[in-house]
Amino acid sequence: MIETVVSVNLMVGEVLKIKKNRLAPDFPNGNEKRICLVSGIYGDELQGQYICYEVIRRIKKEYHNLTGIVDVYPTLNPLGMAAKIREIPGSQIDMNELFPGSQSGAMGEYAAYNILQDILGADFCIDIHASNLYLHEIPQVRMNDDVEDILMPYAKLFNADMIWVHPSTQVRDGSLAYELNKRGVKCFVTESGFAYKINQDYGNQLVDGIFAIMKYMGIWQGDVPEIKNSIIAHDNDIIYINSESSGIFIPRVKMFDRVNKGDELGYVVNVITGSVEESIKAPVTGTICALREYPATEEGSLLARIVVGGESDE
Amino acid sequence: MNKEMLFTMNTAFRDEYSIYGYTYGKGAKAACIVGAMRGNEYQQIYICSLLSKRLAELESQGDIVSGKEIMIIPSLNYSSMNAGRKYWLSDDSDINRSFPGNPEGPATSRIAASLLERIKEYSYGIQFPSFYLQGEFISHVRMIRTGHESTNLANLFGLPYVLTSDSRSFDHATLNYNWQMEGTEAFSIYSGGTERIDEKSAGVAVSAVLRFLTRMGIIKYNCHGGYISTVMNEEDMVNIKAYDAGFFHKLVGINREVKRGQVLAEIIDPMDGKVLSEVIAPTNGIVFFVQDSPMVFQNVIIYKLIRKIHK
Repeated sequence: MIETVVSVNLMVGEVLKIKKNRLAPDFPNGNEKRICLVSGIYGDELQGQYICYEVIRRIKKEYHNLTGIVDVYPTLNPLGMAAKIREIPGSQIDMNELFPGSQSGAMGEYAAYNILQDILGADFCIDIHASNLYLHEIPQVRMNDDVEDILMPYAKLFNADMIWVHPSTQVRDGSLAYELNKRGVKCFVTESGFAYKINQDYGNQLVDGIFAIMKYMGIWQGDVPEIKNSIIAHDNDIIYINSESSGIFIPRVKMFDRVNKGDELGYVVNVITGSVEESIKAPVTGTICALREYPATEEGSLLARIVVGGESDE
Repeated sequence: MNKEMLFTMNTAFRDEYSIYGYTYGKGAKAACIVGAMRGNEYQQIYICSLLSKRLAELESQGDIVSGKEIMIIPSLNYSSMNAGRKYWLSDDSDINRSFPGNPEGPATSRIAASLLERIKEYSYGIQFPSFYLQGEFISHVRMIRTGHESTNLANLFGLPYVLTSDSRSFDHATLNYNWQMEGTEAFSIYSGGTERIDEKSAGVAVSAVLRFLTRMGIIKYNCHGGYISTVMNEEDMVNIKAYDAGFFHKLVGINREVKRGQVLAEIIDPMDGKVLSEVIAPTNGIVFFVQDSPMVFQNVIIYKLIRKIHK
C-alpha cells in the first residue's frame, strides 16, 4: 500500500510528496516485525532506487513468504532527485543534517520530522546510499562504534564486502541513522557505487543481504542465497590517499585490487604541460575499497582508500 | 595595511588559489574579522570592504592603538562568487561546515584547518555569516550557546539585539563554534540579507564593529554609543509559517511593531492571482525577521516575531 508520509505545497502548482510503500502479510497477527528501507536523501544517489525496486519485485514474486512488514521509502528528497542535485533544491541544505527535524520548521526540517516519526517503532532500518560524484565505493556497511555490538549481527548478514565501524566521537548528530539509533531503532548506512549511476551487481548483492536480514528477523520465510564474509574495518584499518597536486587523476588500479606497499596506484597529470605532477604510491599493503571516479583533482582531493588488515569473519 | 597570504593551493584549471588577510596596526593579535565564506554572500564581503577602507583611514591617522593588530579576511571562497556558485567549486562543499578541518583532508577542510590555526590567536573573532533561512533580519549579534559565549561582551557592539541559540547539529562544524572552542571570543553579526547589498544595514554593521573595537581599546574612534542590547533566546521568538505556497506579498517589514491579529503578508496563487491566505500576527511584538524571496513553499518560516515587546 502506497502512503504519503510528507506533503508540502510547492510554490507553483505542485505538491511535494514523500511516499512509502508498505508491504505486509495479507493476514497479519499483530506481532510482525517491521523493517524500513530508506533511500534518496541525496538527490544524486540513485543506487537505492534499484535496490528498493528489486526488493519490492522479489517480495511481490513470493508474497506468501512475507511474514513481517517492509516499509520502503525510495525517495526522501524527491525534489533533489528531480533536479539531479545532492541537497534540497533552493535552500541547498544537506537533508542528512536536519534530523530529527521540526514540526514547525522549514520544508526540509518539517520533512525530516515526519519521516523520523513515521519510522519510529520499527525494528530495523537500512539507510541506502550510493557514493557521491567523486568516489567509487565497494558495497559496505557504515556504523558507529557505540552501536557496533547491536548492529553487527545484522551487518554480517548484509552481504557487503566491508563493514566500516567509525568512532562515534567523530560522527555528527543530525543524520537519520544517528537519530534513529539514539531513539532505539537499530539502523546502519550502506554505501556502494557512485552518484548518478546504478551498479546492478552491487545492487543485487545488497538485496540478497536485505533478504538475509529479513529472514533473520522473521520477516521473510523464503530461501536466501549464501552470504559472503565481510571485512570488518575500524577507522585505523582504512588508509586515505589524498592528492597533493592539482590536475587530472589517471588510475592504474581497479576496485578490489590487492596492492602492495609502494605499488603505483596512478598519477596526477598536468594537461597543458603534458607532465606528471605526482605519482601516487600505495602507502600500505591492502585492498582498494574506494577509488576516485571523477578525474579532475585539486590539492587534498581524495583519490583512493585502502583497507588493511581488518578482522575477517572467515 | 599589510596584505598577507594565509593559504594557497594549486588548482587544476585556474592557476593558484590564495586566501588573503589584510592587517591594520602591529602587535598583539587583537581582533580578526571574517567575511564571505560562500559565493552568494555579497552583503558580507561588502561590509568587509567598508571596514577595510575605514580601518586604513584610521591606521593612517594613527588611530589604531599601539601594539594592537586587526586582521580582515574579506572572502575565503571568491572563486565561487566569480562562478555564480554558493559552495566550493570543485566539490560543492561548504567551508563553514568544514571546521575544525584537517590539514591532510580535502581542500575546504585544509582551508578550515589552516585558517583556524592562524586566527585562533586573536582575542576577538567577528564573523559575517549568512543564515540558513534567507531573508532580512534586524541587525543583531548571534551567539551559539557553547558555555564559552559572553553576552556581556556582545552588548558592546551596541546593536539592538543579542541573540543566543542552542547549537544545532551542523553548528559544530562552523567557524563560530570552533573559534569559541579555541578560546577566542567569537561573535556572528547579521545585518541585512545575503545576496543583495543593503547599504543602510552594512553601515550599521560597520559602526557596530568599530564601536566594539573602540570599547575593547583596539582603536581610537569617536562614535555614537549605539543601543543597550536586548539579550534574547532564539527559542523564545514566535515563528510564523506559510500555510500556503505561492507569491509572498509582504505588507510589514522588519523592525515594525505589530498588533495581534494584524495582517503581515498575503500568499497569492501564482496561477490565478487569488489571495490564498493572509499571514496574521499571532501576538503583539516586533518583526525580527522576514523572508525575502518572491515565492514561498508551504510550511516555511516567513516571519519571526519578538513577542510582547515595544520599540
